Amino acid sequence: MAEKRKKLLQGNEACVEGALYAGCMFYAGYPITPSTEIAEGLSVRLPQRGGKFIQMEDEIASIAAAIGGSMTGLKSLTATSGPGFSLKQEGLGYACIAEIPLVIVNVMRGGPSTGYPTGPSQSDIMQAKWGTHGDHPAIAVTPAYVQEILSETVRAFNLSEKYRTPVIVLYDEILGHMREPITIPDAGELPVVDRAKPTCPPEEYFPYDEKYEVPPLAPFGTGYRYHVTGLNHKKDGFPTNDSKQIRENNMRIMNKIENHKDEIWKNEEKFLDDAKIAVVTIGSTARSANFAVRVAREQGIKAGLLRPLTVWPFPDKAVKELSKRVRAIIVPELNLGQMVLEVERCAGGACAVEGIHRVDGEPINPAQILEVIKKYA
Amino acid sequence: MGEAAAKLPNIVIHEKLCKACSICVDFCPTNVLEIKGSCVAVKNLAACTRCQLCDLRCPDFAIQIFD
Amino acid sequence: MSEPAVKEKKQKLSVPFNYDKYMRPHKLPHIWCPGCGHGIVLKSLLRAVEATGIDKDNICMVSGIGCSSRTPGYVDFNTMHTLHGRAFSFATGIKLAKPEMKVIVISGDGDALAIGGNHFIHTCRRNIDLTAIVYTNSTYGMTGGQYSPTTPIGDIATTSRYGNIEPPFDACEMAKAAGATFVARGTAYHTLELEKTILAALQHKGMSVVDVIDACPTYYGRMNKFKSATHMMEVIEKDGTVNVKQVDKLPPEKVQGKLLRGILHNVERPEYCQQYANIIEKAKGGK
Repeated sequence: MAEKRKKLLQGNEACVEGALYAGCMFYAGYPITPSTEIAEGLSVRLPQRGGKFIQMEDEIASIAAAIGGSMTGLKSLTATSGPGFSLKQEGLGYACIAEIPLVIVNVMRGGPSTGYPTGPSQSDIMQAKWGTHGDHPAIAVTPAYVQEILSETVRAFNLSEKYRTPVIVLYDEILGHMREPITIPDAGELPVVDRAKPTCPPEEYFPYDEKYEVPPLAPFGTGYRYHVTGLNHKKDGFPTNDSKQIRENNMRIMNKIENHKDEIWKNEEKFLDDAKIAVVTIGSTARSANFAVRVAREQGIKAGLLRPLTVWPFPDKAVKELSKRVRAIIVPELNLGQMVLEVERCAGGACAVEGIHRVDGEPINPAQILEVIKKYA
Repeated sequence: MGEAAAKLPNIVIHEKLCKACSICVDFCPTNVLEIKGSCVAVKNLAACTRCQLCDLRCPDFAIQIFD
Repeated sequence: MSEPAVKEKKQKLSVPFNYDKYMRPHKLPHIWCPGCGHGIVLKSLLRAVEATGIDKDNICMVSGIGCSSRTPGYVDFNTMHTLHGRAFSFATGIKLAKPEMKVIVISGDGDALAIGGNHFIHTCRRNIDLTAIVYTNSTYGMTGGQYSPTTPIGDIATTSRYGNIEPPFDACEMAKAAGATFVARGTAYHTLELEKTILAALQHKGMSVVDVIDACPTYYGRMNKFKSATHMMEVIEKDGTVNVKQVDKLPPEKVQGKLLRGILHNVERPEYCQQYANIIEKAKGGK
């Protein structure tokens, strides 16, 4: 039995395994390269466990249907890529303000527009945070290995359920289509979080009760009849024009994430204890950086790696601390400069910050990173 | 029989809900209602046939006829 | 002598009706303008819901954005006021996830036929068991009276000051062509007929669409020289429509240019959730 749990899987297939492990029972999506394998996999696997899969007419409908599925209490997923992610932004904002758990996978490809559908990019880092209109909380997790796509998809569901908010799984085409041997974890090996449900009688239930940081969410059809809207609302879910209540509504959805950043952040650190040069990067680029840092160490250069697995909320505490004890932070990313802006903000001039950027559809290789490391050695 | 037939209907008007759109007044077949200020009012209760058209077409949940 | 007959007729009437049973306390008065037909449609809908006997806990009402889409806020069901045009998609998710729920979609003509046109078409095509009530008042009321996909040619709106040049959609024809298995039309004027039509829609298994013609006196009415809400109801709803059952009995000139009311299309075709239940059986068996 045990060896059966070892599988050679593509990143997108690992995402399917992660979703199922987390208890996903609903998927709505629209075909788009390079994320389609997630839909294909779940179209087979979900009905096997009584779950529901639907291919919607477009990306907007997909996120809407997934939110609808979640409202009935099912853990829901939708997956997409750059242009589709843009279309989903409207629904993403709705899930933020209405506080509906949902996981959105964005397998990043080259852009803008149709761009380079079969090539990788990391150019949706900012879109993941700022894509939808209005101020809103954002959580985005960024795996770098196929095994990690599974575990981070599980973590995304957990964060989503715990904080009643949409969570984005952000990885690039290289990871989506890369095959690696992985181990499917046994039940209980990874934590699985389910959203809090009300225990009070229906007449005492408020879906946005400010006495909770994250109020329990009653599934539709369970006797708790209440209202959900994308308008700013009061604790009972009904719209309000009262400026005090509008502010409270906006601040609570921000603060429930802001006040728990320490729990949401997750970083991998390598050789950072005595590092003088740090590389901060995510996803497939972190794999090259990992290699580059090892080679640098072999050559006697004190280089280290900080790899955020949560890119949003941005790990400002870790980067700030790091900037105070290194000469330089190097930020390789498959875009023309997104995460580097956040790193510069956190460093605040305490050290040099240099980006390495590439938008030709090819990965950033270790040699490119090593070259910049040597510049600061 | 005669006594029962003479019993007048009970027209309940919710003043807080009426927006004086005049739909009930205009469609009343026996001219029972009128707009007074910003609300509907009964002007000829005896003419009411309890046809319920005022209730059926009131958009504002503002008028009901009971026996 | 005529009294017993009158009494019998009265008992068939669904009014006076206890709307409080289905309304949320303290939410009235609603936001709709004086003379707006939306409240009339809502009342017909609630009386139809009562006739179905379905428990409030098992009813979900989903809307998009616009005047009509404020309806769910007033009713005591599981209610969701969603995004402009997307109500059909949210509702599809809810229904597929929980097929035992009765899901009602409330939409306006702009919401359902313009920004939500694609969702509307595909929801009809799937024949998923939803009941959609489309409040058609030929205007975007919430934004102040722009022309909509059902504004007649030549009519004035704040964005068609020289007269509208776009031909209007017929929501029923579109629903039918797209695959909805129950398609009907009513008006706010014919309120009892509307109640019966909505009841039939609610009892239908599959995608049911009821296009309801009602009036926006504030914007569409004023800009197009209607004297009052009543005037609009008489011209547009009463004289502008004809019941489909009467079509054969009337001379062609009395039918020409009028919208048909009543149940216009009613067929049986496998329903989406039922078919998905078969998929689950297959997937479990084939494992």
